[in-house]
Amino acid sequence: MEKTNVILKVEDISKQYRLGVVGTGTIGDDLKRWWYKVRGKEDPFLKVGDVNDRSQKSESDYVWAIKDINFQVRQGEVLGIIGKNGAGKSTLLKILSRVTAPTTGEIKTKGRIASLLEVGTGFHHELTGRENIYLNGAILGMTKAEITEKIDEIISFSGCERYIDTPVKRYSSGMTVRLAFAVAAFLEPDILVIDEVLAVGDAEFQRKAVGKMQDISKGEGRTVLFVSHNMTAVKGLCTRAIVLEHGNIAFEGATNDAVDFYLSNSNDLLSSEVTINEEKDGFTVESLKISNNGVDGSFNIYEDLMFDILIDCKKEQNLININIFLNSIDAITIFATCSEQEKQETGKYIYQCIIPKGTLNNIMYNIDIMVVENGEKALLNLKNVTTIEGNEEDRDGAWLGKYPGLLRPQNFQWKKIKL
Amino acid sequence: MKSHQDDNWLYTISAKRKLVDFNLKEIWQYRDLLVLFVKRDIVTVYKQTVLGPLWYLIQPLFTALTFTLIFNKVANIETGTVPPFLFNLAGVSVWNYFKSCLTATSSTFNSNAGIYSKVYFPRVISPLSVVISNLIKFAIQLSIFVGFYVYYYMNGAGIAIDKSVVFFPVLILFMALLSLGLGMIISSMVTKYRDLKYLLNFGIQLLMYISAVMYPLDLMREKLPRFAWLVEYNPIAYFIEAARYMLLSSGSISITGIGFSVVFTIAILAVGLIIFNRTEKSFIDTV
Repeated sequence: MEKTNVILKVEDISKQYRLGVVGTGTIGDDLKRWWYKVRGKEDPFLKVGDVNDRSQKSESDYVWAIKDINFQVRQGEVLGIIGKNGAGKSTLLKILSRVTAPTTGEIKTKGRIASLLEVGTGFHHELTGRENIYLNGAILGMTKAEITEKIDEIISFSGCERYIDTPVKRYSSGMTVRLAFAVAAFLEPDILVIDEVLAVGDAEFQRKAVGKMQDISKGEGRTVLFVSHNMTAVKGLCTRAIVLEHGNIAFEGATNDAVDFYLSNSNDLLSSEVTINEEKDGFTVESLKISNNGVDGSFNIYEDLMFDILIDCKKEQNLININIFLNSIDAITIFATCSEQEKQETGKYIYQCIIPKGTLNNIMYNIDIMVVENGEKALLNLKNVTTIEGNEEDRDGAWLGKYPGLLRPQNFQWKKIKL
Repeated sequence: MKSHQDDNWLYTISAKRKLVDFNLKEIWQYRDLLVLFVKRDIVTVYKQTVLGPLWYLIQPLFTALTFTLIFNKVANIETGTVPPFLFNLAGVSVWNYFKSCLTATSSTFNSNAGIYSKVYFPRVISPLSVVISNLIKFAIQLSIFVGFYVYYYMNGAGIAIDKSVVFFPVLILFMALLSLGLGMIISSMVTKYRDLKYLLNFGIQLLMYISAVMYPLDLMREKLPRFAWLVEYNPIAYFIEAARYMLLSSGSISITGIGFSVVFTIAILAVGLIIFNRTEKSFIDTV
């Protein structure tokens, strides 16, 4: 009975990537590969390759982004795919949407797959809103007749009626995103693959988008594969979820269990020193070091928490400031703090930020780092650099339950006044 | 798992694919996208320019004029009874079609990387749309050729249309296929080896000089017999020579030459499809 329901079957899907710079050496490897093939032997490079773990130093030039993934999706199911950065989510998405081919394995499908890895793919800024709806719709796999049928709905959903015959280059970025999402929202494939495209637009539009997403998945009985960091969205939308870890499926089951598994099992995310090495225009963010007197892998919320961001500046920069974003595990930014805006001379520097004790709660926080140039342009935007978790060893009082809230500020003034 | 084999799957995504996986049905499904791409290419090129589509005409006109001054007035290349300007205009228009198709298709993967990394559609749609939108530009350019043709004809120049002109569309089709094939090969290689991009730029320029654009093929044989093979082994030269023969009755049409070019085109197209097909699966990992 189940057999007839299965609409998508993923069998032993793996994907290998080559690390480092593609260039010298590739011709050599290509020739070797070709030589093995000519003689009917197996590709020698399929045997090598490390497990996908970005914190570990690699032994081999090749790495398996995902390895031997197996799962099935039934008709009408909304499957969440969760996992930390680099666990292989995007690779899996790319293979599902046929952007890139797997190295081994097969995916069989009974329906047409449309993927939304981005909104507004193929938008041309010289074309008008209306023309772009057609172009974008066709790129996503709709026919002209389908689009014509829905165009009024699309336009009114986007809320861009007034500008619909104006070139998109005159749109604000928010309007472009609205228009793009509107096209995507009216896509009607058998299977819809969605990346975290919900994180766009203003609050009002996000509500609208989530509402539409729920309609798609619940009301219309569409099969959806949803990839996200946002646990609230996953819990709200998905009927089942899989957790990816180092390119393998670590857990598969009901959404709530999967989210719990993901959250409880993310202790290995915690590390006090993270190598980053992201460079742009001669400015490198080398590493982030977090110090506190906490137990291994977590920080003590009753102690100051110190962030040391090590940078290496090879080229003198304009005014620079460094921002640290603290996000909840549901991807809500709790606060951002930034260094003073100053001219950056060449050399190695440490930007140090101390979050005083009595600020954070004993929950997990995701950290983003952003380097801003001249107070307006993001030179580097590093998402999910690491995850930290607060713990409290000695709480005063008898109650030991979970303290609610994303923060636990200690310096608020309470008084008891007798009247 | 093997028990599910009796299921009728719509399609399978896998690593191993056939040598040529040219799914005509799928391309037909995406025909609207093809049309929209063509429209986009045509409409957007000269947006916010004063002269707009007139640029399509200015380019070949001035190139032909320059060629006439340099090659016919200064270097004294003989074009028989055909007015040199018309001779050059024919050559330049046809050559330009080939050139613009080749340059645009050969950057297919790199210039579409943004779209290709986000969404699937038959990749061959992109080079096809380039060939078609250039065909429309070529038709516009051909119209001024016709204008000048009528003008010269009225003034009694020794020109006549050969009856083989009915094959002109076929000729253009083969030029399109040749540039498509070459473009697909180059675009696939460029994703890995960027050097080709630079090679292509001046390679096309050099190719023009051995493609009988501004001189008749026979003249090359007569004046530079030692190097005539350069032109004789160049399939494009035969296409251009044949186009001039059809439109102006100038020069000669060589059946062996045309035969060679047609076979060459088919071979290149086949190789192009195979290489393109291999590249489209994984180029996003290397680009």
